[in-house]
Amino acid sequence: MSTLHTVNKSPFERDSLALCVRLASKGHAILLIEDGVFGAMAGTDHSDMVKNAMETASVYVLGPDLAARGMSEDRVIDGIQVVDYSGFVDLTKRHDTCQSWL
Amino acid sequence: MATKNFMFVNRKAPYGTVYALESLEVVLIGAAFEQNVSLAFIGDGVYQIAKNQKTDGIGMKNFSPTYKALGDYEVTKLYVEKESLEARGLTLDDLMDLTWEDEDEDYAEKPSIILVSSTELAAVMDEQEVVLSF
Amino acid sequence: MKYSIMVNEGPYTHQASDTALQFCKAALEADCEIFRVFFYHDGVNNGTRFTVPPQDDRNIQKEWSKLAEAHEIDLVVCIAAAQRRGIMDAAESKRQGLSGDNIAPGFRISGLGQLIEGGIIADRQLVFGD
Repeated sequence: MSTLHTVNKSPFERDSLALCVRLASKGHAILLIEDGVFGAMAGTDHSDMVKNAMETASVYVLGPDLAARGMSEDRVIDGIQVVDYSGFVDLTKRHDTCQSWL
Repeated sequence: MATKNFMFVNRKAPYGTVYALESLEVVLIGAAFEQNVSLAFIGDGVYQIAKNQKTDGIGMKNFSPTYKALGDYEVTKLYVEKESLEARGLTLDDLMDLTWEDEDEDYAEKPSIILVSSTELAAVMDEQEVVLSF
Repeated sequence: MKYSIMVNEGPYTHQASDTALQFCKAALEADCEIFRVFFYHDGVNNGTRFTVPPQDDRNIQKEWSKLAEAHEIDLVVCIAAAQRRGIMDAAESKRQGLSGDNIAPGFRISGLGQLIEGGIIADRQLVFGD
């Protein structure tokens, strides 16, 4: 079984991303949405945590939420794939279960 | 109807927000559907099942006794993440004594709380088909 | 692919309802089915027809009602959560001896069993919240 985890809160606000990373398994995917997109940015206090997570799970970020917040795709951590809502739908198809970290 | 592995994930403390109470209501109603149900208490969610909740002073209803009914509703797997307890200076002794009666063993009373490490909980989560987060 | 969606927050205060809407639209465009959208906690507030948001911004309730009508989506507002927060249909309002009702078109009030049923019947359950 593989899970698509969505994280919608900023790692600076809440421990949702840290908990998600702690409890995700190999082969899972993590999609950062809404305020969670700040977890995708390089050069932050949380970037190392996210880069380590990428050894276990594939990490994605929702492009429209990045753009809304003025965050440039250029500054996203290398290896995090930017997807749109149809990419979000694709991810839910590719993984058996969806789990939200609110 | 199919039988699926349902997990209810609780990460929020009680009373500061409504999520703990209203998620418990889902679990109780959901029990009628005979799915394979488990609950996970992670982060501040562990406070939902802390002992000695006395709410008169804040004018809110103490709904913690309702967790004791879960066993009667055949909700018998309450996973509590060890790391979350330890980070909060808590042990199993600080949590309510929640049990269920095993009819296959002469109604022997068994603990519903299953203390798990993150790694163990991750493995349980990996088995879930429907995950409801509140 | 059949989806069951849960929306835990009301309109405007959190992005949850907006994200759920955008997801549903993308799923429908990909020829997927939205089996049910279940509104819980403050999510029931998406189902009042008395919101008057600014003209130059999206009208979340109307977006849901329009989507439901166009694609025959079942929008369910949880009765327990609705009673706590004052979302009423005509029948419930009469039963409670209240002077009016406010449920929006395309939404119906029902029990938590509908949420569990959605999880059982759909291929995927998604939760949008805070």
